[in-house]
Amino acid sequence: MPSLKDMRTRINSVRATRKITSAMKLVAGSKLRRAQEHAEAARPFAAKMAAMLANLAAAVKDQGEAPPLLAGTGRDEVHLIVVATADRGLCGAFNSSIVRATRRRIQELKEQGKTVKLICVGRKGRDMLRREYGDLIVEFVDGIAGKRRIAFADAERIAQKVLELYEAGGFDVATMVFNRFKSAMSQIVTFKQLVPVEPPEAAAAGEGVQAIYEFEPDEERILAELLPRNLAVQIYGALLENAASEQGARMVAMDNATRNAGEMIDRLTLRYNRQRQANITKELIEIVSGAEAV
Amino acid sequence: MAETLTLELVDPERVLASEAVEMVVLPGVEGDFGVLPNHAPLVSLLRPGVIALYEGAKVTRRFFVAGGFVEVSEQGCTVLAEGAEPVEELDRAAVEQALKDAEEDLADAKEPSEEQRARLERAVAIARARLEAVTAPQA
Repeated sequence: MPSLKDMRTRINSVRATRKITSAMKLVAGSKLRRAQEHAEAARPFAAKMAAMLANLAAAVKDQGEAPPLLAGTGRDEVHLIVVATADRGLCGAFNSSIVRATRRRIQELKEQGKTVKLICVGRKGRDMLRREYGDLIVEFVDGIAGKRRIAFADAERIAQKVLELYEAGGFDVATMVFNRFKSAMSQIVTFKQLVPVEPPEAAAAGEGVQAIYEFEPDEERILAELLPRNLAVQIYGALLENAASEQGARMVAMDNATRNAGEMIDRLTLRYNRQRQANITKELIEIVSGAEAV
Repeated sequence: MAETLTLELVDPERVLASEAVEMVVLPGVEGDFGVLPNHAPLVSLLRPGVIALYEGAKVTRRFFVAGGFVEVSEQGCTVLAEGAEPVEELDRAAVEQALKDAEEDLADAKEPSEEQRARLERAVAIARARLEAVTAPQA
């Protein structure tokens, strides 16, 4: 039986925890709003780029020779997975659901006899994957999600690494894993293929008949510039979605934690008061029976 | 008001301009070119330089871009820019400093690989174009 003093200490400690979690919830809420705005602001660019890429891909297709980023290496042996997680914890199942999906994918690929390589973006993902698949991790990037705003330069840095690896023949297919932001309550783990580029057919189909474009300089050179840029844009979009998801997940997790702490405080307070009364009653009985004995 | 076309200027982080203009002059890799309403469909690469928006013969707004792509279609003119900034937001002293830094980086690089060299030279070219954008008379 804990003493009254112990229980008081316990209640105070839970109160302190609740203060922290509720503050974290508020912070996550305001960061979420900002992250959502950023994700929204980046969308027009990605959409326009996809449309342009669709046009170009269609124009080049007739001429045969497509650049390897678009056409792929023709093999399907080595898979590169870019795992985007957060740098911090305390955000519910956010990190672990990405890692779980990644693990499953790695297992699948291994069973098919393929080689897997990993690029970890975000500290948490690397920490969780390192024990099992430490030998697969070829690259690690962190300190991205912690910033006020994810810079495009960060995405370019990751894209650069992916490109270098690709040019060196390091992999055949690249996929990115991240959490797609659906709402603050729900985030969906998503796999997105980065290389070879999946021609965005949907965008082209939506616009109907395409005009015949003039190209300046020629299609190949524009495409050669556009494809690496597109990779960075894709990664950037995924990172922004991921950042918004992280804050959403954290907000929900902290909201739950705050509520749980509140319930716990109520329960502990009730027990504390009962105990206190019991002690008083006991003392009274002792005094009364002592007086009777005299 | 004369006929106009819709110009959309976006960079990866935000939309910088989305408005009707009478003419826009763009820095293409093969030379500056102007786009008027009903221009033939065109896709072009951009070099570091200034995008100027015209109303009549007057420039209404100017943007610096470090590079990017432009697509002209029936719907209008779409610029996918890199490192786009409104020219009036550029600070001359800071731009000069940036150019000096870039040039020093290039000079300091000892035995750079081909790629590194290309990257540094590109940085200098961007910085120089930026300075030109600031010093050019506001026509």
